[in-house]
Amino acid sequence: MKLGFHNARMRVGEFTLELDLTITREVTAFFGPSGSGKTLTLELIAGLRRLDEGEITLEGVLFDSPAKRIFVPPRHRAMGYVPQDLALFPHLSVQQNLEYGRKAEIGAARRVDFDKLCRLLEIERLLDRRPDFLSGGEKQRVALARALLASPHLLLLDEPLASLDQSLKAKILPYLQRVREAFAIPLIYVSHSPEEVMTLCEDVIGLRAGQEVARGKPGEIFEPSPTQVYRLRGGS
Amino acid sequence: MRALEWEIVGFTVGMAVLSTVLILPFGVGLAWLLARKSWRGKTLVETLVALPLVMPPVATGLILLKLMGRKGPIGSFFHDAFDLDLVFTWRAVVVAMAVMSFPLLVRGARIAFEAVNPRLEQVAATLGASPMRVFLTITFPLAVRGMIAGSVLAFARALGEFGATIMVAGNLPGKTTTLSVSIYSNIQIGHDTEAFWMLAVAVTLAFTAVWWSEWLFKKGHLTP
Repeated sequence: MKLGFHNARMRVGEFTLELDLTITREVTAFFGPSGSGKTLTLELIAGLRRLDEGEITLEGVLFDSPAKRIFVPPRHRAMGYVPQDLALFPHLSVQQNLEYGRKAEIGAARRVDFDKLCRLLEIERLLDRRPDFLSGGEKQRVALARALLASPHLLLLDEPLASLDQSLKAKILPYLQRVREAFAIPLIYVSHSPEEVMTLCEDVIGLRAGQEVARGKPGEIFEPSPTQVYRLRGGS
Repeated sequence: MRALEWEIVGFTVGMAVLSTVLILPFGVGLAWLLARKSWRGKTLVETLVALPLVMPPVATGLILLKLMGRKGPIGSFFHDAFDLDLVFTWRAVVVAMAVMSFPLLVRGARIAFEAVNPRLEQVAATLGASPMRVFLTITFPLAVRGMIAGSVLAFARALGEFGATIMVAGNLPGKTTTLSVSIYSNIQIGHDTEAFWMLAVAVTLAFTAVWWSEWLFKKGHLTP
Protein backbone atom coordinates (compact mmCIF):
# COMPACT_ATOMS: atom_id res chain seq x y z
CA MET A 1 0.00 0.00 0.00
CA LYS A 2 1.33 3.40 -0.88
CA LEU A 3 -0.68 6.54 -0.22
CA GLY A 4 0.97 9.87 -0.91
CA PHE A 5 0.26 13.49 -0.09
CA HIS A 6 2.53 15.62 -2.26
CA ASN A 7 2.79 19.28 -1.23
CA ALA A 8 -0.89 19.03 -0.46
CA ARG A 9 -2.64 22.11 0.84
CA MET A 10 -6.19 22.82 1.77
CA ARG A 11 -7.71 25.84 3.44
CA VAL A 12 -10.93 25.86 5.43
CA GLY A 13 -11.62 29.36 6.68
CA GLU A 14 -8.63 30.36 8.80
CA PHE A 15 -7.30 26.82 9.03
CA THR A 16 -4.70 25.47 6.61
CA LEU A 17 -3.75 21.83 6.30
CA GLU A 18 -0.35 21.19 4.73
CA LEU A 19 0.88 17.65 4.22
CA ASP A 20 3.80 16.14 2.37
CA LEU A 21 4.14 12.51 3.32
CA THR A 22 3.83 8.92 2.17
CA ILE A 23 2.05 6.15 4.02
CA THR A 24 3.17 2.58 3.39
CA ARG A 25 2.42 0.71 6.60
CA GLU A 26 -0.59 -1.52 7.05
CA VAL A 27 -1.79 0.38 10.08
CA THR A 28 -1.14 4.09 10.32
CA ALA A 29 -2.50 6.59 12.78
CA PHE A 30 -3.00 10.31 12.53
CA PHE A 31 -2.66 11.50 16.07
CA GLY A 32 -3.26 14.95 17.49
CA PRO A 33 -5.54 17.21 19.49
CA SER A 34 -8.91 18.24 18.13
CA GLY A 35 -8.59 20.91 15.49
CA SER A 36 -5.26 19.54 14.26
CA GLY A 37 -6.67 18.46 10.88
CA LYS A 38 -7.02 14.69 11.40
CA THR A 39 -10.60 14.43 10.21
CA LEU A 40 -9.91 16.72 7.24
CA THR A 41 -7.07 14.42 6.24
CA LEU A 42 -9.39 11.40 6.21
CA GLU A 43 -12.01 13.34 4.27
CA LEU A 44 -9.40 14.25 1.68
CA ILE A 45 -8.42 10.60 1.30
CA ALA A 46 -12.07 9.58 0.98
CA GLY A 47 -12.69 12.29 -1.61
CA LEU A 48 -15.22 14.18 0.48
CA ARG A 49 -13.10 17.32 0.19
CA ARG A 50 -10.83 18.66 -2.50
CA LEU A 51 -7.28 19.95 -2.26
CA ASP A 52 -6.47 23.54 -3.13
CA GLU A 53 -2.93 22.64 -4.19
CA GLY A 54 -0.72 19.58 -4.52
CA GLU A 55 -1.64 15.95 -5.14
CA ILE A 56 -2.98 12.83 -3.49
CA THR A 57 -2.03 9.47 -4.98
CA LEU A 58 -2.84 5.87 -4.14
CA GLU A 59 -0.56 3.19 -5.59
CA GLY A 60 0.68 5.78 -8.05
CA VAL A 61 -2.82 6.66 -9.28
CA LEU A 62 -3.76 10.34 -9.04
CA PHE A 63 -6.81 10.82 -6.88
CA ASP A 64 -6.76 14.59 -6.54
CA SER A 65 -4.72 17.16 -8.39
CA PRO A 66 -6.18 20.64 -8.89
CA ALA A 67 -3.26 21.58 -11.16
CA LYS A 68 -4.00 18.67 -13.53
CA ARG A 69 -7.75 19.04 -13.03
CA ILE A 70 -8.05 15.51 -11.76
CA PHE A 71 -10.47 14.55 -9.04
CA VAL A 72 -11.66 11.00 -8.48
CA PRO A 73 -15.09 11.18 -6.78
CA PRO A 74 -15.66 9.19 -3.58
CA ARG A 75 -17.73 6.52 -5.28
CA HIS A 76 -14.79 5.48 -7.45
CA ARG A 77 -12.15 5.53 -4.73
CA ALA A 78 -13.13 2.38 -2.86
CA MET A 79 -12.36 3.77 0.57
CA GLY A 80 -14.01 2.22 3.57
CA TYR A 81 -14.83 5.39 5.47
CA VAL A 82 -16.22 5.17 9.00
CA PRO A 83 -16.95 8.68 10.29
CA GLN A 84 -16.96 9.52 13.97
CA ASP A 85 -20.76 9.64 14.09
CA LEU A 86 -20.84 6.33 12.14
CA ALA A 87 -23.69 7.55 9.90
CA LEU A 88 -25.63 4.30 9.83
CA PHE A 89 -28.64 4.71 7.55
CA PRO A 90 -31.49 5.07 10.07
CA HIS A 91 -34.26 3.98 7.70
CA LEU A 92 -32.55 0.73 6.71
CA SER A 93 -32.10 -2.47 8.68
CA VAL A 94 -28.63 -3.62 9.69
CA GLN A 95 -28.71 -6.12 6.83
CA GLN A 96 -29.62 -3.40 4.31
CA ASN A 97 -26.92 -1.13 5.76
CA LEU A 98 -24.38 -3.88 5.32
CA GLU A 99 -25.46 -4.64 1.77
CA TYR A 100 -25.45 -1.00 0.67
CA GLY A 101 -21.81 -1.00 -0.38
CA ARG A 102 -21.82 -4.55 -1.67
CA LYS A 103 -24.24 -3.67 -4.46
CA ALA A 104 -21.87 -1.16 -5.96
CA GLU A 105 -18.98 -3.66 -6.01
CA ILE A 106 -16.39 -0.95 -6.23
CA GLY A 107 -13.44 -2.90 -4.94
CA ALA A 108 -14.42 -6.15 -6.64
CA ALA A 109 -10.83 -7.34 -6.61
CA ARG A 110 -10.93 -8.32 -2.97
CA ARG A 111 -14.19 -9.80 -1.80
CA VAL A 112 -15.01 -9.79 1.87
CA ASP A 113 -17.22 -12.71 2.81
CA PHE A 114 -20.50 -11.54 4.36
CA ASP A 115 -21.10 -14.45 6.72
CA LYS A 116 -17.51 -14.67 7.81
CA LEU A 117 -17.39 -10.98 8.65
CA CYS A 118 -20.69 -11.05 10.54
CA ARG A 119 -19.41 -13.98 12.61
CA LEU A 120 -16.13 -12.26 13.25
CA LEU A 121 -17.77 -9.05 14.45
CA GLU A 122 -20.58 -10.96 16.20
CA ILE A 123 -23.38 -9.08 14.51
CA GLU A 124 -25.27 -12.04 12.96
CA ARG A 125 -28.12 -11.66 15.45
CA LEU A 126 -28.58 -7.98 14.68
CA LEU A 127 -29.33 -8.18 10.96
CA ASP A 128 -33.08 -7.48 11.21
CA ARG A 129 -32.77 -4.55 13.58
CA ARG A 130 -32.73 -0.86 12.82
CA PRO A 131 -29.69 1.18 13.90
CA ASP A 132 -31.78 3.01 16.52
CA PHE A 133 -32.14 -0.26 18.40
CA LEU A 134 -28.43 -1.04 18.62
CA SER A 135 -26.07 -0.32 21.49
CA GLY A 136 -23.04 1.92 20.96
CA GLY A 137 -20.66 -0.98 20.53
CA GLU A 138 -23.02 -2.78 18.16
CA LYS A 139 -23.39 0.33 16.00
CA GLN A 140 -19.61 0.60 15.87
CA ARG A 141 -19.24 -2.98 14.64
CA VAL A 142 -22.02 -2.60 12.06
CA ALA A 143 -20.43 0.58 10.67
CA LEU A 144 -17.10 -1.19 10.47
CA ALA A 145 -18.67 -4.18 8.72
CA ARG A 146 -20.53 -1.96 6.24
CA ALA A 147 -17.29 -0.26 5.23
CA LEU A 148 -15.47 -3.60 4.92
CA LEU A 149 -18.17 -5.25 2.81
CA ALA A 150 -17.54 -2.77 0.00
CA SER A 151 -14.09 -4.43 -0.23
CA PRO A 152 -12.21 -1.16 0.08
CA HIS A 153 -8.57 -0.52 -0.78
CA LEU A 154 -8.21 1.21 2.56
CA LEU A 155 -10.17 1.44 5.76
CA LEU A 156 -10.45 4.97 7.16
CA LEU A 157 -11.53 5.12 10.79
CA ASP A 158 -12.27 8.48 12.39
CA GLU A 159 -11.99 8.22 16.18
CA PRO A 160 -13.80 4.88 16.12
CA LEU A 161 -13.68 4.48 19.88
CA ALA A 162 -14.05 8.08 21.02
CA SER A 163 -17.75 7.81 21.77
CA LEU A 164 -17.43 4.59 23.75
CA ASP A 165 -16.75 4.18 27.47
CA GLN A 166 -13.62 2.42 28.71
CA SER A 167 -15.07 -1.08 29.02
CA LEU A 168 -16.55 -0.94 25.50
CA LYS A 169 -13.30 0.35 24.06
CA ALA A 170 -11.53 -2.66 25.46
CA LYS A 171 -14.09 -4.85 23.71
CA ILE A 172 -13.90 -3.18 20.29
CA LEU A 173 -10.13 -3.08 20.01
CA PRO A 174 -9.86 -6.88 19.64
CA TYR A 175 -12.45 -6.76 16.84
CA LEU A 176 -10.34 -4.23 14.99
CA GLN A 177 -7.30 -6.45 15.38
CA ARG A 178 -9.25 -9.48 14.17
CA VAL A 179 -10.45 -7.59 11.10
CA ARG A 180 -6.91 -6.52 10.35
CA GLU A 181 -5.61 -10.05 10.53
CA ALA A 182 -8.50 -11.65 8.65
CA PHE A 183 -8.83 -9.32 5.69
CA ALA A 184 -5.45 -7.67 5.32
CA ILE A 185 -7.00 -4.33 4.40
CA PRO A 186 -4.70 -1.43 5.25
CA LEU A 187 -6.05 0.82 7.89
CA ILE A 188 -5.73 4.54 8.58
CA TYR A 189 -6.79 5.49 12.01
CA VAL A 190 -7.49 8.89 13.49
CA SER A 191 -7.29 9.29 17.23
CA HIS A 192 -6.38 11.55 20.08
CA SER A 193 -5.82 8.61 22.41
CA PRO A 194 -2.21 7.37 22.63
CA GLU A 195 -3.39 4.11 24.25
CA GLU A 196 -5.41 3.13 21.18
CA VAL A 197 -2.62 4.11 18.86
CA MET A 198 -0.09 2.08 20.89
CA THR A 199 -2.30 -1.00 20.72
CA LEU A 200 -3.04 -0.94 17.00
CA CYS A 201 -0.61 1.04 14.94
CA GLU A 202 2.79 0.57 13.38
CA ASP A 203 3.26 4.10 12.17
CA VAL A 204 2.07 7.31 13.80
CA ILE A 205 1.88 10.75 12.27
CA GLY A 206 1.54 13.51 14.85
CA LEU A 207 -0.48 16.48 13.65
CA ARG A 208 -0.79 19.90 15.16
CA ALA A 209 -2.51 22.92 13.60
CA GLY A 210 -2.58 21.29 10.18
CA GLN A 211 1.13 20.37 10.12
CA GLU A 212 3.03 17.14 10.63
CA VAL A 213 4.99 17.54 13.88
CA ALA A 214 6.12 13.98 14.57
CA ARG A 215 6.46 10.69 12.75
CA GLY A 216 7.52 7.21 13.78
CA LYS A 217 6.63 4.02 15.62
CA PRO A 218 4.39 4.58 18.65
CA GLY A 219 7.21 3.60 20.98
CA GLU A 220 9.47 6.18 19.40
CA ILE A 221 7.22 9.18 19.36
CA PHE A 222 5.36 8.81 22.62
CA GLU A 223 6.86 9.30 26.04
CA PRO A 224 4.97 8.47 29.20
CA SER A 225 4.65 11.57 31.35
CA PRO A 226 4.72 11.47 35.14
CA THR A 227 0.92 11.68 35.14
CA GLN A 228 0.75 8.45 33.12
CA VAL A 229 -0.52 10.35 30.10
CA TYR A 230 1.42 9.72 26.92
CA ARG A 231 2.64 12.74 25.08
CA LEU A 232 4.35 13.33 21.81
CA ARG A 233 8.13 13.28 22.40
CA GLY A 234 9.40 16.82 22.34
CA GLY A 235 5.83 18.09 22.18
CA SER A 236 4.32 20.65 24.46
CA MET B 1 -76.05 22.91 0.47
CA ARG B 2 -77.32 22.75 -3.09
CA ALA B 3 -75.82 20.88 -5.99
CA LEU B 4 -74.12 24.05 -7.24
CA GLU B 5 -72.26 24.50 -3.96
CA TRP B 6 -71.08 20.90 -3.95
CA GLU B 7 -69.98 21.33 -7.53
CA ILE B 8 -67.91 24.35 -6.50
CA VAL B 9 -66.33 22.38 -3.63
CA GLY B 10 -65.49 19.53 -6.01
CA PHE B 11 -64.07 21.93 -8.59
CA THR B 12 -61.92 23.70 -6.00
CA VAL B 13 -60.52 20.45 -4.57
CA GLY B 14 -59.82 19.17 -8.07
CA MET B 15 -58.01 22.33 -9.13
CA ALA B 16 -56.00 22.37 -5.87
CA VAL B 17 -54.95 18.74 -6.38
CA LEU B 18 -53.97 19.46 -9.97
CA SER B 19 -51.94 22.53 -9.03
CA THR B 20 -50.15 20.65 -6.23
CA VAL B 21 -49.30 17.73 -8.53
CA LEU B 22 -48.00 20.15 -11.18
CA ILE B 23 -45.70 22.06 -8.83
CA LEU B 24 -44.46 18.96 -6.99
CA PRO B 25 -41.53 18.01 -9.27
CA PHE B 26 -40.38 21.62 -9.66
CA GLY B 27 -40.81 22.40 -5.97
CA VAL B 28 -38.92 19.29 -4.83
CA GLY B 29 -36.16 19.87 -7.38
CA LEU B 30 -35.74 23.50 -6.40
CA ALA B 31 -35.87 22.66 -2.69
CA TRP B 32 -33.06 20.14 -3.18
CA LEU B 33 -30.95 22.69 -5.07
CA LEU B 34 -31.53 25.26 -2.34
CA ALA B 35 -30.77 22.81 0.47
CA ARG B 36 -27.74 21.04 -0.97
CA LYS B 37 -26.01 23.21 -3.56
CA SER B 38 -24.57 26.69 -3.66
CA TRP B 39 -24.94 28.50 -6.96
CA ARG B 40 -24.94 31.92 -8.48
CA GLY B 41 -28.26 33.72 -8.19
CA LYS B 42 -29.48 31.49 -5.38
CA THR B 43 -30.55 34.39 -3.16
CA LEU B 44 -32.46 35.97 -6.03
CA VAL B 45 -34.34 32.74 -6.71
CA GLU B 46 -35.06 32.30 -2.99
CA THR B 47 -36.51 35.80 -2.86
CA LEU B 48 -38.59 35.40 -6.01
CA VAL B 49 -40.04 32.12 -4.78
CA ALA B 50 -40.96 33.57 -1.39
CA LEU B 51 -42.47 36.72 -2.88
CA PRO B 52 -46.05 35.42 -3.28
CA LEU B 53 -46.07 34.72 0.47
CA VAL B 54 -45.64 38.37 1.35
CA MET B 55 -47.02 40.29 -1.64
CA PRO B 56 -50.72 41.15 -1.67
CA PRO B 57 -52.33 38.18 -3.50
CA VAL B 58 -54.27 40.64 -5.62
CA ALA B 59 -50.98 42.18 -6.78
CA THR B 60 -49.64 38.75 -7.70
CA GLY B 61 -52.92 38.18 -9.50
CA LEU B 62 -52.53 41.40 -11.46
CA ILE B 63 -49.03 40.39 -12.55
CA LEU B 64 -50.37 37.00 -13.65
CA LEU B 65 -53.23 38.70 -15.49
CA LYS B 66 -50.76 40.85 -17.43
CA LEU B 67 -48.56 37.85 -18.23
CA MET B 68 -51.36 35.46 -19.16
CA GLY B 69 -53.75 37.82 -20.94
CA ARG B 70 -53.98 37.57 -24.73
CA LYS B 71 -51.56 40.47 -25.05
CA GLY B 72 -49.19 39.17 -22.37
CA PRO B 73 -46.11 37.14 -23.30
CA ILE B 74 -47.41 33.84 -21.91
CA GLY B 75 -51.03 34.38 -22.90
CA SER B 76 -50.23 35.35 -26.49
CA PHE B 77 -47.92 32.34 -26.86
CA PHE B 78 -50.65 29.90 -25.75
CA HIS B 79 -53.22 31.66 -27.90
CA ASP B 80 -51.09 31.61 -31.05
CA ALA B 81 -49.52 28.19 -30.58
CA PHE B 82 -52.41 26.15 -29.16
CA ASP B 83 -55.43 28.40 -29.62
CA LEU B 84 -55.86 28.29 -25.83
CA ASP B 85 -57.10 31.07 -23.61
CA LEU B 86 -55.75 31.18 -20.09
CA VAL B 87 -57.39 34.04 -18.21
CA PHE B 88 -60.94 33.56 -16.95
CA THR B 89 -60.69 29.79 -17.47
CA TRP B 90 -59.99 26.91 -15.10
CA ARG B 91 -56.36 27.05 -16.29
CA ALA B 92 -55.98 30.46 -14.70
CA VAL B 93 -57.37 29.02 -11.46
CA VAL B 94 -54.67 26.33 -11.50
CA VAL B 95 -51.90 28.82 -12.27
CA ALA B 96 -53.02 31.21 -9.51
CA MET B 97 -53.16 28.34 -7.00
CA ALA B 98 -49.78 27.00 -8.16
CA VAL B 99 -47.99 30.33 -7.86
CA MET B 100 -49.49 31.11 -4.47
CA SER B 101 -48.79 27.69 -2.94
CA PHE B 102 -45.36 27.06 -4.51
CA PRO B 103 -43.42 28.85 -1.70
CA LEU B 104 -44.98 26.63 0.94
CA LEU B 105 -44.06 23.46 -0.92
CA VAL B 106 -40.48 24.63 -1.49
CA ARG B 107 -40.14 25.69 2.13
CA GLY B 108 -41.42 22.36 3.48
CA ALA B 109 -39.35 20.25 1.12
CA ARG B 110 -36.23 22.33 1.75
CA ILE B 111 -36.52 21.91 5.52
CA ALA B 112 -36.98 18.19 4.94
CA PHE B 113 -33.83 17.96 2.81
CA GLU B 114 -31.81 20.07 5.24
CA ALA B 115 -32.81 17.76 8.06
CA VAL B 116 -31.07 14.84 6.35
CA ASN B 117 -27.56 14.49 7.77
CA PRO B 118 -25.14 15.11 4.87
CA ARG B 119 -22.80 12.53 6.43
CA LEU B 120 -25.24 9.82 5.40
CA GLU B 121 -25.00 10.96 1.80
CA GLN B 122 -21.21 11.18 2.00
CA VAL B 123 -20.89 7.68 3.41
CA ALA B 124 -23.25 6.34 0.75
CA ALA B 125 -20.97 7.90 -1.87
CA THR B 126 -17.87 6.29 -0.35
CA LEU B 127 -19.76 2.99 -0.53
CA GLY B 128 -19.88 3.39 -4.29
CA ALA B 129 -23.33 4.93 -4.78
CA SER B 130 -23.87 7.32 -7.69
CA PRO B 131 -25.44 10.72 -6.90
CA MET B 132 -28.75 9.40 -8.28
CA ARG B 133 -28.63 6.31 -6.08
CA VAL B 134 -27.72 8.43 -3.05
CA PHE B 135 -30.75 10.63 -3.71
CA LEU B 136 -33.15 7.75 -4.29
CA THR B 137 -32.03 5.48 -1.45
CA ILE B 138 -30.92 7.94 1.24
CA THR B 139 -32.00 11.55 0.75
CA PHE B 140 -35.47 10.96 -0.65
CA PRO B 141 -36.68 8.29 1.80
CA LEU B 142 -35.43 10.33 4.75
CA ALA B 143 -37.06 13.53 3.50
CA VAL B 144 -40.26 12.09 2.07
CA ARG B 145 -42.46 12.80 5.07
CA GLY B 146 -41.40 16.42 5.14
CA MET B 147 -42.09 16.65 1.42
CA ILE B 148 -45.57 15.21 1.84
CA ALA B 149 -46.17 17.63 4.71
CA GLY B 150 -45.07 20.53 2.50
CA SER B 151 -47.34 19.33 -0.32
CA VAL B 152 -50.31 19.06 2.01
CA LEU B 153 -49.70 22.59 3.20
CA ALA B 154 -49.39 23.80 -0.39
CA PHE B 155 -52.63 21.98 -1.21
CA ALA B 156 -54.38 23.68 1.70
CA ARG B 157 -53.10 27.06 0.56
CA ALA B 158 -54.31 26.38 -2.97
CA LEU B 159 -57.72 25.40 -1.62
CA GLY B 160 -58.15 28.76 0.07
CA GLU B 161 -56.69 30.91 -2.71
CA PHE B 162 -58.76 34.03 -3.31
CA GLY B 163 -56.93 37.23 -4.28
CA ALA B 164 -54.91 36.03 -7.23
CA THR B 165 -57.69 33.74 -8.43
CA ILE B 166 -60.32 36.45 -8.60
CA MET B 167 -57.93 38.63 -10.63
CA VAL B 168 -57.00 36.06 -13.29
CA ALA B 169 -59.99 33.74 -13.27
CA GLY B 170 -62.85 35.95 -12.12
CA ASN B 171 -66.09 34.59 -10.74
CA LEU B 172 -67.85 32.57 -13.42
CA PRO B 173 -70.14 30.09 -11.61
CA GLY B 174 -69.64 26.57 -12.88
CA LYS B 175 -66.51 27.65 -14.75
CA THR B 176 -64.01 29.40 -12.48
CA THR B 177 -65.73 30.02 -9.16
CA THR B 178 -63.80 28.51 -6.27
CA LEU B 179 -64.74 27.91 -2.67
CA SER B 180 -63.32 31.18 -1.35
CA VAL B 181 -64.70 33.26 -4.20
CA SER B 182 -68.09 31.67 -3.65
CA ILE B 183 -68.06 32.51 0.07
CA TYR B 184 -67.35 36.12 -0.82
CA SER B 185 -69.95 36.41 -3.54
CA ASN B 186 -72.64 34.63 -1.49
CA ILE B 187 -72.14 37.14 1.32
CA GLN B 188 -72.23 39.99 -1.21
CA ILE B 189 -75.64 38.97 -2.51
CA GLY B 190 -77.05 38.13 0.92
CA HIS B 191 -76.96 34.31 0.64
CA ASP B 192 -75.60 33.98 4.15
CA THR B 193 -76.68 30.36 4.69
CA GLU B 194 -74.83 29.15 1.58
CA ALA B 195 -71.81 31.21 2.59
CA PHE B 196 -71.73 29.62 6.05
CA TRP B 197 -72.03 26.11 4.66
CA MET B 198 -69.11 26.81 2.34
CA LEU B 199 -67.25 28.27 5.29
CA ALA B 200 -67.79 25.04 7.25
CA VAL B 201 -66.40 23.01 4.35
CA ALA B 202 -63.41 25.34 3.99
CA VAL B 203 -62.59 25.17 7.70
CA THR B 204 -62.89 21.37 7.76
CA LEU B 205 -60.64 20.92 4.73
CA ALA B 206 -58.02 23.38 6.00
CA PHE B 207 -58.03 21.94 9.50
CA THR B 208 -57.61 18.38 8.24
CA ALA B 209 -54.80 19.30 5.87
CA VAL B 210 -52.80 21.33 8.40
CA TRP B 211 -53.32 18.72 11.13
CA TRP B 212 -52.02 15.98 8.88
CA SER B 213 -49.10 18.11 7.73
CA GLU B 214 -48.09 18.89 11.34
CA TRP B 215 -48.37 15.23 12.24
CA LEU B 216 -46.11 14.25 9.35
CA PHE B 217 -43.52 16.89 10.26
CA LYS B 218 -43.41 15.67 13.85
CA LYS B 219 -43.08 12.03 12.89
CA GLY B 220 -39.81 12.82 11.17
CA HIS B 221 -38.22 10.26 8.88
CA LEU B 222 -39.84 7.03 7.76
CA THR B 223 -39.51 4.36 10.38
CA PRO B 224 -42.25 1.80 10.73
